[in-house]
Amino acid sequence: MSFSDIWNSIFSFDNYGQLLQLVQDSVWAGAVLGLLGGLVGTFVVRRDLAFAVHGVSELSFAGASFALLAGTDVVTGSLVGSVLAALTMGFMGGRARAKNSIIGVLMPFGLGLGILFLSLYQGRSANKFGLLTGQIVAVDTVQLQVLAIAAIAVIVVLLIVWRPLSFSSVDPDMARARGVPVRFLGILFMFLLGVSVALSIQVVGALLVLALLITPAAAAQKATSSPALAVFLSVVFAEMATVGGILLSLGGRIPISPYITTLSFLIYLVCAGIGLLRVRRGNSGRVVEEGSTREAAQTAESAV
Amino acid sequence: MTNDGGRASARESASGQRPEASAVVLRGASLAFGARTLWSGLDLDIKPGEFFAVLGPNGSGKTSFLKVLLGLLPLTSGTARVAGHSPGSRGRDIGYVPQQKGFAADVPLRARDLVALGVDGHRWGVRWRRRDVDATVDALLERVGATPYAKVPVGQLSGGELQRLRVAQAIAGNPKALLCDEPLLALDLNHQQGVSALIDRQRAETGAAVVFVTHEINPILDYVDRVLYLAEGQFRVGSPEEVMRTEILSELYGSRVEVSRINGRIVVVGLPDATTHLHHGHALPSEDESAGEKEGADR
Repeated sequence: MSFSDIWNSIFSFDNYGQLLQLVQDSVWAGAVLGLLGGLVGTFVVRRDLAFAVHGVSELSFAGASFALLAGTDVVTGSLVGSVLAALTMGFMGGRARAKNSIIGVLMPFGLGLGILFLSLYQGRSANKFGLLTGQIVAVDTVQLQVLAIAAIAVIVVLLIVWRPLSFSSVDPDMARARGVPVRFLGILFMFLLGVSVALSIQVVGALLVLALLITPAAAAQKATSSPALAVFLSVVFAEMATVGGILLSLGGRIPISPYITTLSFLIYLVCAGIGLLRVRRGNSGRVVEEGSTREAAQTAESAV
Repeated sequence: MTNDGGRASARESASGQRPEASAVVLRGASLAFGARTLWSGLDLDIKPGEFFAVLGPNGSGKTSFLKVLLGLLPLTSGTARVAGHSPGSRGRDIGYVPQQKGFAADVPLRARDLVALGVDGHRWGVRWRRRDVDATVDALLERVGATPYAKVPVGQLSGGELQRLRVAQAIAGNPKALLCDEPLLALDLNHQQGVSALIDRQRAETGAAVVFVTHEINPILDYVDRVLYLAEGQFRVGSPEEVMRTEILSELYGSRVEVSRINGRIVVVGLPDATTHLHHGHALPSEDESAGEKEGADR
């Protein structure tokens, strides 16, 4: 295979307009999932749940491959798998450390089950591969609608609990003292995360979910320390990666996920660079120099 | 003074004032972890505008006392009311100043965002009226002298700067009770004075009751109205002059403890340490409480 063959199988824009017509539903679904990924990812990063996302996606994979074997709906199967996994983690692992060991226990179990179901499965091998690496273009219009509606439902719930969830994510002790139901919100978020993982898996596959649910939010966090701006950037980055990835992949013959993961990673690299610059410039946002801050504090004290 | 010094104030409120007028009310309150009783038979009325200190060695149940008032720990027996409600049910009426604990360097949260969470973080939904919240946050930052570092990420703040923000969070909405859990720990003298002055100013101006858990009374000695001293499963309540005396503390600890005053400071000499506890055949101190503290740190 020559270089140009490889290039053409990755990027090809022949008949692009017609292709776009065919897949515009996928583009819309990708946009909704990008919005979901950007918002949910913000809390995944704030709550330090990257490992949980990975664990949930492996169990989602197990659920999906069981559905494939049983001949039922794959989306439902992956939803059941990931929600069960996420809730188990939510209920059993109150604290970060406890949570990590439960995830470490669940993850290989889920992956093993998935491999078992797939090796028993006699159908098309592309179906098997799609679970791991993503298949949005293969998803039909009805399923796309279900995906989009589920994603919007998650986003609505997330907006309703936005402030107390932010509070309990970054400052749990204080939130608890203020009467915020920290434990309930933690479990609710794991449920939302489970649903989000199952939905994202339909686009990028079980192995690459992190590119959608973590990388954009992590990149945003590198670029700014303003929480509102971080959320906005996270959504923008996730949209750039998903919609951009789907659009780039149209002509090529390879799955959609490498486009999304690569875009996502490039955005992260740029933001990490910005982060380094911010640290080097010492741009901490202090109004006056360290020494005079001390003085100001002392004056304030003597005034009190 | 008798073993249950709190009874006097209980009687007083029963005869005249409505008990609901108190910011904090405890009746026959006791707390035990398994076989170990931290304190029992505690009757207490903390009035609005009172600065109430809770003192005692590690493991005596000081932090647990505050956790009860926050509704994070149930009493083994008895009842507790804070700001007229059962603990934990009315977060807005309570301001909580926690022990100083740093944030990770990359937490996407600036000083003013932390204070904003104290203002409306408990409300449902997304923050719509940003301008109102911004104005409130500006006023709070100004009040605690944190304006110069309003936009600094919380992970880059010093302990003293962070504790000022904690006070700003706690006084948002002028709560009826300020519950402070060793807020001066690991601060230098300068910041100790600054932070405790801020807390006392809020008490004086809004009539909030202050419950101040500390192992060191001197930084707040000028402000304290009454002291609850917990030790060895017993307690004393009274003014610092009544409680911080050689006879009283010696009786509480069951061993000779010298209390003297030097330049307006109270110096306590001869506190039994963990080793002497063992020699006296007591249960290991601080076992349960340090477990509780670790739990808190993990959250």
